Amino acid sequence: VREASTLQLLQLYTCLDQIQYIEWSSDSLFILCAMYKRGIVQVWSLEQPDWHCKIDEGSAGLVASCWSPDGRHILNTTEFHLRITVWSLCTKSVSYIKYPKACQQGIAFTKDGRYMAVAERRDCKDFISIFVCNDWQLLRHFDTETQDLFGIEWSPNGCVLAVWDTCLEYKILLYSLDGRLLATYRAYEWSLGIKSIAWSPSSQFLAIGSYDEKVRILNHVTWKKIIEFEHPATIANSKTIVYKEVEKSPSVETERLSFSPARALASSLFSTESKYDISQVPVSLQYIKPVADRANPKMGIGMLAFSPDNCFLATKNDNIPNAVWIWDIKKLKLFVVLEQLCAIQSFQWDPRQPRLAVCTGNSKVYLWSPAGCVSVQVPAEGDFPIVSLSWHSSGDSMVLLSKDNFCVCYLEREEI
Amino acid sequence: FVAMGDWKTITVPVLSSDSKDIFQYTSEKKISPSSMNSQVLRLPLPSSKSVHSFFSAFCTEENIEQSISYLNRELTTLGFPSIYAESKGKELNLISIINCMNDLLVLQHKNLRAQEEVEMQHLKLGSDMDHLQNCYAKLKEQLELSKREIVGLQERDRQLQSKNRNLHQLLKNEKDEVQKLQNIISSRATQYNHDMKRKEREYNKLKERLHQLVMNKKDKKIAMEVLNYVGRADGKRGAWRTDKTEARNEEEMYKVLLSDYQERQKQLLVENAELKKVLQQMKKEIISLLPPQKQKPKERPEDGTVLSDLEEDIGELNKENMWELSCETVREQLTNSIRKQWRMLKNHVEKLDSQVSRVHSGALNDKDVISREDHELETEKLELEIQQCKEMIKTQQQLLQQQLMSPCDDDTTLLLQDCYLLEERERLQEEWRLFRDQKKNFEKERRSFTEAAIRLGLERKAFEEDRGAWLKQQFLSMSTDYKHCENVTTPSAFLGSSDQNKRLMKSTSQQRKPHCSLSRPVSAEPCQTSQYVTYNSSSAASKKPAGDSKIFQWQASDKEETE
Repeated sequence: VREASTLQLLQLYTCLDQIQYIEWSSDSLFILCAMYKRGIVQVWSLEQPDWHCKIDEGSAGLVASCWSPDGRHILNTTEFHLRITVWSLCTKSVSYIKYPKACQQGIAFTKDGRYMAVAERRDCKDFISIFVCNDWQLLRHFDTETQDLFGIEWSPNGCVLAVWDTCLEYKILLYSLDGRLLATYRAYEWSLGIKSIAWSPSSQFLAIGSYDEKVRILNHVTWKKIIEFEHPATIANSKTIVYKEVEKSPSVETERLSFSPARALASSLFSTESKYDISQVPVSLQYIKPVADRANPKMGIGMLAFSPDNCFLATKNDNIPNAVWIWDIKKLKLFVVLEQLCAIQSFQWDPRQPRLAVCTGNSKVYLWSPAGCVSVQVPAEGDFPIVSLSWHSSGDSMVLLSKDNFCVCYLEREEI
Repeated sequence: FVAMGDWKTITVPVLSSDSKDIFQYTSEKKISPSSMNSQVLRLPLPSSKSVHSFFSAFCTEENIEQSISYLNRELTTLGFPSIYAESKGKELNLISIINCMNDLLVLQHKNLRAQEEVEMQHLKLGSDMDHLQNCYAKLKEQLELSKREIVGLQERDRQLQSKNRNLHQLLKNEKDEVQKLQNIISSRATQYNHDMKRKEREYNKLKERLHQLVMNKKDKKIAMEVLNYVGRADGKRGAWRTDKTEARNEEEMYKVLLSDYQERQKQLLVENAELKKVLQQMKKEIISLLPPQKQKPKERPEDGTVLSDLEEDIGELNKENMWELSCETVREQLTNSIRKQWRMLKNHVEKLDSQVSRVHSGALNDKDVISREDHELETEKLELEIQQCKEMIKTQQQLLQQQLMSPCDDDTTLLLQDCYLLEERERLQEEWRLFRDQKKNFEKERRSFTEAAIRLGLERKAFEEDRGAWLKQQFLSMSTDYKHCENVTTPSAFLGSSDQNKRLMKSTSQQRKPHCSLSRPVSAEPCQTSQYVTYNSSSAASKKPAGDSKIFQWQASDKEETE
């Protein structure tokens, strides 16, 4: 455990086995470490390094583990999704949730941490149970009209639960907190359906990305589509700004000459600088048509994220893996397209301002804001392929993760 | 043959039994015997020969009488008078024979002509026939062609229609296929769902079994080891789950929902209020845009009533605005009134448009209104004028430039010189002024200098006197060593040198004085000085070209005038 601003090592805990999943508790006092292979969850305390806690699922196995919003209960999903065990750190009580649904997002907590929605499946039918997190009391239990529920997500205001179906059916259902069905939305039949969804921070909009390379936005008043965003391979609108990453010719930096020549070569090979150029519209992007007879094809809108100020929506079309599309929500138009040299791995918005960080698997992190975009090289010896990144909640720094290493990138605040 | 005069061309068959006609014919002929003779003479020899030979064959020396009687018979049957002199007898009437011959010839000619004409006609008809046949052939060809074309087009039409039908058929087939495929997909989907459900049930059964096994084992391993229990995050104690808590939870949930709805409703109310305000504003603006209709009650009677309604509406709605009711009827009223007014505005704008177009088309209908065409004409004219003026200015500028740049003939040089001279004159006037000022200054200085000189002289005089006195004193003092005497009264006698000096000074001052006296009158008489100056200037100006001398004198005189 390190200090965020100085990266000073604070604590070092040793777990029994390889950790598959790690999570902070909501009050940042405890750390949960889940080892799925052994079926063990270990919890460490930051205040008291001597305190320890170990939860053993034994033969039940462990598939997933997470904190409850109050930071005192741990929810373990056993193997084959047999049940969800709620372990309490305050009391010795254990609760079980039967028949949880085996899907990607089966558990969803509201933002304020009051309610938890769990997707269940009994007798080939999907149900949703809403629990009160305080006392784990079942509040509502209702069935959903889905074939095979794929995911659930609460709106940020905690009043609407979005439930969407498997990709074979384009269907999204919106339930109110008390279990009433508010609306159903189906865009089309038969073709592959919803791939990803995102709520806007104000809960006004629900963006649905589907396999037909389109994003449809529903509004919270009527739950009807207000606009459809297309992601074509050719961008023709002259008002769209297209930033294209180009490689700068590698310059031999004198400081590197001090290293051994082999190293210098290596670093110069890997650390080709790149910068952004503004391409003239019309621009045609690299389009990849996936193989038709494989399941879960790499097509459609795979990533969606709203900016925290509700002004922008960043999307990625898996057919055009090198581009990030940024849409202006106020005008409901395409604003910027970032064309990268490599395929986009992930992107995340700064939690405080409309600033997007993108990583593409090379050792550069790319930042975009309405003022412009910049490509930042990670100053590391050798290769640092950034696989994922995560912002600090204050928006001043972010963590860049590669396979074996991580680095923290600090961003300077502009002095006004 | 044709020179027979006026013959009626009657196609008479030679052996016609219509004797009347022949008689008529014979009575109508006009013969000129001379021509007959010539005609007779003109008969070609071979034909005469043939005639002769024919007649020789017909009539020989033996059968003269017979042939004559035969001829007579024939002629009489033809209606000619007999060739015998009397009814019986064998004396031939020569005259009648000649007449008969003539008649016969005439007849022959006529027949020939008739024959010619007939032949001509025949030819004509033949050619007509040919022509018509050609035409006919061509038309037939054309007809054939067009028939073939029609057939071709029909064929094509048929082909296209069949193609069309094929395409329709294909389309239908495709649609059917699509429908079939969709049906297949849906049936397969249901089948898959069914299979999935079956497999899921099996899976569930397995899970249940497993779960039972797991739970039955009562695995001591499934446990939580905790060093010590942690307090709750909010410090409260854990509570039991009771009905009360259930109810409380429900309450909480509904509170959350309600608060959310209230938020939304507030936002919507705010939006509504804004929109209503905007609508009201729009309404007011529309009303202001509409022309005042009360002044023309005759033309638009219906609008008058509408206006009153409008007024009522305005009054009502304004009142209601104050109350801020948002019930159905008020909303409807507002929207209806806005719609009404918008319609009125639209009508008004349309009327204006039509008016403008009418005025545009019918030029001088309304004299008050200047038609657009006239306006445009005016503007065009003005623009032209502006253009012309600009061009004139340009040309004038150019001319000026030219004149300045290039030297031309004498007239222009004179002109130029005049211009130059004007300039010079003005410059010189300036210089005169400067000169005068300087002169004045100089005079002043000179006066002051002379005064200073006079003063200096006086001072020197005084100084000399003093010096003389001092020397005298010295001398006296020196001599007072011997004697004490004062010799002050007659400075002039004693101060010989000083007197001399004084005299010299006087003389010099006197010399200066005449200068001064000279100078004074010079200063007192500006005319003279001006003359002097003019003289100077003229002397200076003499360096300039001779032609200017006149002008300079003119300047001088001018100066004098000014002065």
